[in-house]
Amino acid sequence: MGSMIHQAERRKRSRGLLVMGIFIVLIIMAFILSMNIGFIRLSPLEVIRTLFGGGTSQQHLILFEFRLPRIVISILIGAGLAVSGCVLQGLSRNALADPGILGVNAGAGLMVMLYVSFYSSNAAGSVFLLPVLALIGAGLTAVLIYILSYKKGEGLVPTRMLLVGIGVAAGISAAMIVLTLRLNPDEYQFVASWLAGRIWGTSWKFVVALLPWLIIFLPFIFYKAKVMNVLNMGDQTATGLGTAIERERLLLLAAAVGLAGSCVAVSGGIGFVGLIGPHLARRLVGPKHQILLPVSALAGALLVLVADTLGRWILQPTDIPTGVVVAVIGAPYFLFLLAKAKV
Amino acid sequence: MKSSAVPEDPQKAVKKVKVRSRPWAASLILIGGVIALVLAMAAAVAIGAKDIALQDVWNAIFHFNPEMTEHQIIRELRLPRVIGAAIVGASFAVAGAIMQGMTRNPLADTGLLGLNAGASFALALCFAFAPGLSFLGLMLYAFLGAGAGVGIVYGIGSRSKGGLTPIRLVLAGAAVSALFTALSEGVALYFKIGQDLAFWYAGGVAGTQWIQIEIILPAVVIALLASFGLSRSITLLSLGDDIATGLGQRTGLIRLFGVLIVLVLAGTAVSIVGSVGFVGLIIPHLTRKLVGVDYRWIIPCSAVLGSLLIVFADLAARMINPPQETPIGALVALIGVPFFLYLAVKERRSL
Repeated sequence: MGSMIHQAERRKRSRGLLVMGIFIVLIIMAFILSMNIGFIRLSPLEVIRTLFGGGTSQQHLILFEFRLPRIVISILIGAGLAVSGCVLQGLSRNALADPGILGVNAGAGLMVMLYVSFYSSNAAGSVFLLPVLALIGAGLTAVLIYILSYKKGEGLVPTRMLLVGIGVAAGISAAMIVLTLRLNPDEYQFVASWLAGRIWGTSWKFVVALLPWLIIFLPFIFYKAKVMNVLNMGDQTATGLGTAIERERLLLLAAAVGLAGSCVAVSGGIGFVGLIGPHLARRLVGPKHQILLPVSALAGALLVLVADTLGRWILQPTDIPTGVVVAVIGAPYFLFLLAKAKV
Repeated sequence: MKSSAVPEDPQKAVKKVKVRSRPWAASLILIGGVIALVLAMAAAVAIGAKDIALQDVWNAIFHFNPEMTEHQIIRELRLPRVIGAAIVGASFAVAGAIMQGMTRNPLADTGLLGLNAGASFALALCFAFAPGLSFLGLMLYAFLGAGAGVGIVYGIGSRSKGGLTPIRLVLAGAAVSALFTALSEGVALYFKIGQDLAFWYAGGVAGTQWIQIEIILPAVVIALLASFGLSRSITLLSLGDDIATGLGQRTGLIRLFGVLIVLVLAGTAVSIVGSVGFVGLIIPHLTRKLVGVDYRWIIPCSAVLGSLLIVFADLAARMINPPQETPIGALVALIGVPFFLYLAVKERRSL
């Protein structure tokens, strides 16, 4: 019997690896496609030639200074948001949790906006300051939601958390609308397109600003995958297995919020990624977090990359904000899930 | 779904409603509310970028003198604006009251359930494809948009396993709003009508014209009268379908009329003021606390209090940061959000 379980386990793992492989291939394909779509078209052959050092200097400039950083950032943001959503869903044991719906993104946005309205977005060093500020905003919002939806004796009730999150997000966006009045037209333009989820950090320094946070949070969460499996079994079982529930939960929550916050600082208001990525992954590889987390990350990366490419391509030369494209894909999916879920 | 589980004697339930409603409080609110509304509107007309004496307000309305600038300001700018605010407030509040009563859902509100976003999206399409459309046309399309929003939300809610739970409706509403908002943004970007649309999104009655008032007033008055007529049936529906059916109510027909009224009210209000949420949430709750659970009192009182709220909100919007205007929607949300949170945290049982 032991060997049968082993065999099933092995089959699951190889299925997980297969799914990951497929996602990676899809991401590479989207990557190449995204490289040659834009205001100036480059053929796949030219893209590859330029990547390996050939090509004209103009092609070099377009590829390395404009398109590549944006693509890398799309991938990083997608992975970060999806993993954040995966953790939130696991912790709240609610299939509909997502940093966007819970208001965490809005909190990060408010901080960014406060900063932009008092200082300029172009000030030196702001690139590296913004993720930190967004992190603080996301953290404060998460604490607020936690306090409001925590009840003695019942703990965190997922549905209440969702409702409170929606309310808090509505309040924050109202505050943002009031704040926009302080802005001059240039700043307003920046904030408006930031809110719509236009990936604005399109140079290498944003990659540098974002990467450290992902390097801290992602491995930490992957490392805690087993703990998340245990937490998923319910509080009693988890305690019985010797897990310090509250401590682990808070740590993971902090990591998820931090991840969402730092991504949002660069990406702007992109919702639904944290919802779709993990769901797709769970359908494909099941609920084990060791496989679920990386597959979620890949799915999220693919989603944002494709959305960003589509946004650049559909209404050329107008650039549709990535957040808009993701919402148009994500909202119907959310409704579909909602119709099936037992809330 | 409390009462559907516990069969109750219909007559007794109706009696209970009578006991728990407070007609004297309601009459007081109606009379006092109307007086307060008239005073507030007069004050709102008088106060602004240019302060005008109340005496002049009176004269401008009853002894209009086209030579005087003050009279011109009052007639052409302030008066339509204040009347528009009152109409919009009453519409949102009554729409919210009807929705809460029919669905027995404490969190029903036109903004939360995607109606406002649907209407805004319809307006975006109108600006994009038919820029010269008359206001009447805009309003009709806003009805359609609101209908699409509410159709999707309720469709999702009722087709799913657990039925129409409040949380499900709110989540579906949030998603539908996100979808419509994203689509509107896409349309706005492509057709370069962001400026026009921002006006509607922010929510404001600043640009209201007499022609708009003339068009919406009949629609809103008819819808409000119809809702007064329907109020008795809504009270019974709010006790649960079983009781309503037991008392000989045709629940399906009532719901149909109710939804039509809500669409007309929300569509007109959005076509004037843009997407303003939470009015339909706060006011009916407040009214229910004050006058009890009989919708024959709740609906008219909600109309009066809703008008008051928006007239004051509009006044505040002008006063806070003159000469700029603070969006009304944001101001109402500042009151509405804590209230929503309070309901979400407290009314756990009915969720």
